[in-house]
Amino acid sequence: MAETATLPEPLAETPPSQRRHGAAAWAAWLARRLGLSALTLWLVSMLVYVSTSSLGDPVRAIMGREYDADVARRTALTEQLNLDDPLPVRYLDWLRGLLSGDLGTGLASQRPVSEVIGPLVANTMVLVVIAAVVMIPVAFGIAMLSANYRRRRPDAAIQVVLLALAGLPEFVTGILLVALFATTVFQVLPAITLVAPGSTPWSTPEAMVLPVLTLVLAVAPYVSRIVRATLLEVLDSDYVELARLKGIPERVVMRKHALLNAIVPGIQVIALQLAWLAGGVVIVEAVFNYPGIGNQLVQSVRDHDVPVVQAISMIIAAVYVGVNLVADLLSILLTPRARTAISS
Amino acid sequence: MTTARTGAGIRVEDLRIVLTGRGGGTDVVDDIDLVLEPGEVVGLVGESGSGKTTVGTSLLGYTRAGAMIESGKVLLEDRDVLALPWQQVRKIRGEEIAYVPQDPAAALNPSIRIGKQIVELMELRGLGTSESRLADARAGLEEVGLPSDDEFLRRYSHQLSGGQVQRVALAMAFMPKPKVLVLDEPTTGLDVTTQGMVLRTMAELCRSHGVAALYVTHDLAVVANIADRVAVMYAGQIAELGPRERIFAEPSHPYTRALLDSIPHLSQARALSGIPGRTPAPGARPGGCRFHDRCSVAEARCAESVPELRTIAPDHEVRCLRAGEIGSWDISRGTVPDADPSKAREVILEIGDLEVFYGAKRVVHGVSFDVGRAETVALVGESGSGKTTISRCVGGLHREWTGRIAFEGQELGKGSRKRSVDERKRVQYIFQNPYLSLNPRLTIEQIVKRPMELFGIASGKEATERVVDLLEQVALGPAVLRYQASRLSGGERQRVAIARALAAEPDLLVCDEITSALDVSVQGSIVSLLEELRLQRGISMLFVTHNLALVRSIAARVQILNEGRVVESGSVVEVMDRPREDYTKRLLSNSPRID
Repeated sequence: MAETATLPEPLAETPPSQRRHGAAAWAAWLARRLGLSALTLWLVSMLVYVSTSSLGDPVRAIMGREYDADVARRTALTEQLNLDDPLPVRYLDWLRGLLSGDLGTGLASQRPVSEVIGPLVANTMVLVVIAAVVMIPVAFGIAMLSANYRRRRPDAAIQVVLLALAGLPEFVTGILLVALFATTVFQVLPAITLVAPGSTPWSTPEAMVLPVLTLVLAVAPYVSRIVRATLLEVLDSDYVELARLKGIPERVVMRKHALLNAIVPGIQVIALQLAWLAGGVVIVEAVFNYPGIGNQLVQSVRDHDVPVVQAISMIIAAVYVGVNLVADLLSILLTPRARTAISS
Repeated sequence: MTTARTGAGIRVEDLRIVLTGRGGGTDVVDDIDLVLEPGEVVGLVGESGSGKTTVGTSLLGYTRAGAMIESGKVLLEDRDVLALPWQQVRKIRGEEIAYVPQDPAAALNPSIRIGKQIVELMELRGLGTSESRLADARAGLEEVGLPSDDEFLRRYSHQLSGGQVQRVALAMAFMPKPKVLVLDEPTTGLDVTTQGMVLRTMAELCRSHGVAALYVTHDLAVVANIADRVAVMYAGQIAELGPRERIFAEPSHPYTRALLDSIPHLSQARALSGIPGRTPAPGARPGGCRFHDRCSVAEARCAESVPELRTIAPDHEVRCLRAGEIGSWDISRGTVPDADPSKAREVILEIGDLEVFYGAKRVVHGVSFDVGRAETVALVGESGSGKTTISRCVGGLHREWTGRIAFEGQELGKGSRKRSVDERKRVQYIFQNPYLSLNPRLTIEQIVKRPMELFGIASGKEATERVVDLLEQVALGPAVLRYQASRLSGGERQRVAIARALAAEPDLLVCDEITSALDVSVQGSIVSLLEELRLQRGISMLFVTHNLALVRSIAARVQILNEGRVVESGSVVEVMDRPREDYTKRLLSNSPRID
């Protein structure tokens, strides 16, 4: 009666056409987001190129005192970097190479950049992925524990510890861990990662422990605090109260009713943290001498190895954009209201 | 009249719930004795802050954070729910005692599909097979008049209308066949048609399943049609308890009478009155009779001795020292003549052929009506009928419309930016929700002063004096000047919102459901305030509401809206006494009434 009169029927059409329409809507959404991501990366590429080019004459920086003496090498380098061309031309050349997978030649090693950083990218990815896999359940677990004891002593203690960890710069955490497990107190783990040429860091798993632990300690507090705050909000909501009054066991209330709705802000903050890890890993890698892109980035900046710096910057930016896109997609998939808004 | 088919009902004995933490030991509710027989619906009525919801959830052995059950028993058959370990309490909940929440839109989990949510409890308890549960879910949805196909079961709560969500909550509560049902204001916020449907469904289900139900509400009129017995609560205690007929025919507590006096009637206009003051919060309740400071017939002894609940007739108990001495009561007390339909009108607002759009979608179709000087015109309809949309166009808050809105012959621009300062000043808008319409960072003085400064009416000391004047007019007094809105109750906030509108010295007030978020008693006092302002200042009002009874008491003319069209209009007496359209008749027949 009144219902049919006042309610706009969002699902009134026949199911098959609805589904086709839904798929098209999803495709359009994804295409739009991918387009925006590409646009973002393009803007980043300009910034990266312009900023690395404006740092001064790389040839002078590379050659140092030999700049005036070795004219032949100077000319060769200038040629290799195409420094005689105007900036836009050089940028377009570089961009063309980037798009076709040719990242140029590293100045320090005189080898193709992709060859130099390829294994390093893999090393860093492994480090970050392991850290994420450890961090996510730990952070959620702590958040649930904390929410369960809300505003009582265990919760307060957890919050103080988390805040302290969040406040420590990750190199301090790293050095403390080294002191604790590798040098001063216990000598159970290696303090730095020594990788034989042609080998991978994960072939010596004990060397991975401290870098992973440092990253987890650097990131988990943020995630945990956000998830706890959302959980508390959700636990105060009417639907959790109803679930309790409906007779649902507390375990299930927490897992199905509360956590499911608290997960979305968690995903967003995890994405931000993972993206941060992609760049923030620099310092941790330096502390542990881990052979990853961070360490390489530091090295390359010192060497004025412009092509490598540009390539690594672009990789970090791509990770940022990609991770955020995935997080947005997951958030939408996990929020029925947003999900149905797209497909209907 | 009760048909005991299953269950033995539930019995609350000497219940006392107190605050924990600071202020611990202060009672929230006290001395509650209540029996619910199987198949019986008991209405639990009171203003906000009376402790009615607290009593309701205590039947499930539950209190909100900050309160605890100090003593008392809730006896379900021979078990005391309050004494059981919590695992067993959880088991009783849902299966034996079920709960229907106040705001089902917020109470259904937004990320679980309806079909899954309905059967969740039975699934967890391992009741039946998945096929039988699905069949039960379908049957339950059909019982409450909802579709039961797969498509509906796959929906999420945000894909349902308010009435549908409420009926889903009802079906969900009935699914495990409970013996006792607690309903916490389940129809607040629904329009009358949907409310009527939900109420009938609930009453039918209770009777046919032999369920004992406690219906918690602030509106006596709602329970007038469905309850077998009514308990009136005030400040944490039951003030009066009796069969429905007695409560409405011979209310014996001054508070019950005051509540009834604040309810508008469908059949006749009334001079509505509120109850002065506000419900005292736990800890601030006066000694002696807890109602004595707001009571119109209080004597000196009322402040000293604490009244006990005493029986004045079979099943009829009253907590009043003066019960029996305060004379009889008449339901038609306070009726006044209806607005005279033949009175000459001087048109001040003219709306012609108004069409309103949201994007490409047209939501209002060719609406025309006018408002006279010092006249109240009501816009009535179900939710989605376009009544608020029209009022927003008049107020300049919505810009996508065509047609004509003229104020004293001058056409008004679309949107407030296109209107002159004078036009903006003379048309003022009051919002539905006073909890959201006042800036929480400003003091009341700043809030009310703002329009005066904006329109250059007054400033500085003069403005402050005017603010005091205005606050007195809305019965608030200068004490609230330095308060922030958070310290005021809902009714007090709405008074501030009215004072703010009046500060601009308007000729037309657009009132968008301004009483629907408030208790009935507060509605009564707001309405009498508006009526006074209309008569003294000659202000015209466009009054949006879904409550037809309220229309009878406040408006002279009414426009009945359905799906963006005016289906019937005219003077209130004419439309309400001799409705021509089926839609109007249906609205009238669904309106809860006590007369």
